Amino acid sequence: MTDMTASPSGALATDARLRARLRQRKRKQVILQGLGLGAISFAGLMLFILVASLVSTGYKAVTQTHLTVEVFVDPQEISVDKLPRGGFRDVLAAALIKEFPDMAEAGRKDLRALTGVYSNGAQFRLRDMIVADPGLIGQTVTLTVPVSDPFDQLQKDLIKRETPQAQRRVDDRQIAWFDTLAERGMISEPINWGLLTNADSRFPELAGLKGALVGSFWALLVCFAISFPVGIGAAIYLEEFAPKNRMSDIIEVNINNLAAVPSVVFGLLALAVFLGWFGLPRSAPLVGGMTLALMTMPTIIISTRAALKAVPPSIREAALGVGASRHQVVFGHVLPLAMPGVMTGTIIGLAQALGETAPLLLIGMNAFITSAPGTPLDSATALPTQIFIWADSPERGFVSRTSAAILVLLGFLVMMNGIAIYLRNKFERSW
Amino acid sequence: MYDTSISEKTVTQNSIKFSARNVQVHYGDTHAIKDVSVDIEDKTVTAFIGPSGCGKSTFLRCLNRMNDTIDICRVEGDIRLDGQDIYDKRVDPVQLRAKVGMVFQKPNPFPKSIYDNVAYGPKIHGLARNKADLDEIVERALRRGAIWDEVKDRLNEPGTGLSGGQQQRLCIARAVATEPEVLLMDEPCSALDPIATSQVEELMDELRKNYSLVIVTHSMQQAARVSQKTAFFHLGNLVEFGETGQIFTNPQDERTESYITGRIG
Ligand SMILES: Nc1ncnc2c1ncn2[C@@H]1O[C@H](COP(=O)(O)OP(=O)(O)OP(=O)(O)O)[C@@H](O)[C@H]1O
Ligand SMILES: [Mg+2]
Repeated sequence: MTDMTASPSGALATDARLRARLRQRKRKQVILQGLGLGAISFAGLMLFILVASLVSTGYKAVTQTHLTVEVFVDPQEISVDKLPRGGFRDVLAAALIKEFPDMAEAGRKDLRALTGVYSNGAQFRLRDMIVADPGLIGQTVTLTVPVSDPFDQLQKDLIKRETPQAQRRVDDRQIAWFDTLAERGMISEPINWGLLTNADSRFPELAGLKGALVGSFWALLVCFAISFPVGIGAAIYLEEFAPKNRMSDIIEVNINNLAAVPSVVFGLLALAVFLGWFGLPRSAPLVGGMTLALMTMPTIIISTRAALKAVPPSIREAALGVGASRHQVVFGHVLPLAMPGVMTGTIIGLAQALGETAPLLLIGMNAFITSAPGTPLDSATALPTQIFIWADSPERGFVSRTSAAILVLLGFLVMMNGIAIYLRNKFERSW
Repeated sequence: MYDTSISEKTVTQNSIKFSARNVQVHYGDTHAIKDVSVDIEDKTVTAFIGPSGCGKSTFLRCLNRMNDTIDICRVEGDIRLDGQDIYDKRVDPVQLRAKVGMVFQKPNPFPKSIYDNVAYGPKIHGLARNKADLDEIVERALRRGAIWDEVKDRLNEPGTGLSGGQQQRLCIARAVATEPEVLLMDEPCSALDPIATSQVEELMDELRKNYSLVIVTHSMQQAARVSQKTAFFHLGNLVEFGETGQIFTNPQDERTESYITGRIG
């Protein structure tokens, strides 16, 4: 280009029409590049906004404010033969009264204001400790328990002290107590592992994703166990063995349509068939997995067929040429070569299934369940439905937890897609 | 013009291996092979020559029923191997292909180790009783493929990592490992340099002692050098078939003559 303009006497450059066409082509190329760059920047910006907004609210849920108290396990309140019942709540209250002796004579209402610092789960934590080791009765134990949601919010500056008292959930007195406790070094803010290890709870400070993670795990396992063999089997049959005729065309079109069916329709189908006819339990990951399998199957079939098609015919001919039967060709040569593509498709299908919400809502996987499912037949939630439940909860503490849960879900999705890309690169075609 | 001295050597009468009668092949509406009858002798190299698209590959692929894998392909007529109709319903194409090996135009080793490439055929046909047996078969095949010395130290490396010429010789070794009686080669040297080509040609001459060889080639020189019999195809017809020396020095049909002198094709 530069050469041309530098020496206008050249034969090429003398043709003005040619130069004009060249300039126009170059302009078109610049416009096209600009559009592409713009599209990518827009997508990147949207992604950035999404993640940034999630992180900016979700990071508050990364830690949980805890209170550490010396609790005297009073034998008068708690005795071995009555376990697991006992006056755990009173024992905890006594521990706080020890910190604020002037509250010893206070009325029930004031006392409740003081013990409101404790999370509702504190008494159960103490109970479990003592049931595990009754020898603690009569001794003083150091207990670190979550504080209740309003105080967690106060600590994280989500409840502003300058707000008028009537408009915040902790009054001035409670703030004073909390600050005193903090001065005495009894308030800490460790990493909130409970977010991953606790099951769901009505109290945000206790609520965690364990039930949802285990539920999603079971559901995906069932989904994989069904959709992978069936999907691959169908794809192999259609691609390698089925006669190419009108029937196979119809099947092909229908599989492609199936992949485009809105997921909520699969939920309705599952509701009618799995729950209605087969009488399988509601809210069970088994049913969730079966429903997701219906959705994942077309994805797996389509990607497996594409991978099988991509294996060059020369490999098939080579195998047939030395006298391999069609089964030997498919299972010994074609399928192994197609496997990276199959795995990639499967993982992407499963990642879609992991994020799928609507069909799970229809089969009741948005139930409120406070323990992780032991088997795929127990009631459970899944990650997306758990997010749905939390997003719907009125408690302020669930706002940051919802964002954190979304980040956890996104983390799994990124991980699964990362594995898919890794597999694809690792087994890059070698023929 | 061509060095036909080899072909003019003694041409003894060998037994007939393949005998094809009135073979017709259609791809859908395309009539690719029109009424071809030919006898292919044992322990002989038969060359198929002819302009592009005249049906050489198609006919070659009829001989081991590779055309069965093409849905739209229809083969009619009678092809016998040692007197047995290979398109008989009782004949399993898999067994036929073990007897009639094939080397393709483009080298197509499996993306497996060199050893596994050669061992695959003997394994699926149960030719080896044990590992030592198999090792021996692999070595013998690689030696006959004239590639043993180059790969003996790296049998576990992928066959796809070899050069084009080495890959083609590996494919020949793979084909002979199953102990076929006939070896079909579709333009085996089209991807090779002159050195590799002459190696493969030497190999053909060597293999001729035990096998019946059918090769498709676009190189008249090659046909003249390695084959004893030549068949000239044109637009799906077998125009002329006879001793190679005869075809090249004294063609009966004018189409043959114009082709070998470079006027058509
Ligand atoms: N798979 C196929 N489907 C449809 N038509 C085919 C197929 N293979 C070959 N043909 C047709 O059959 C005719 C003969 O083809 P063939 O491949 O046998 O030619 P050839 O002599 O081997 O040519 P070349 O020297 O170029 O390899 C051609 O007209 C071709 O278009
Ligand atoms: Mg050909």
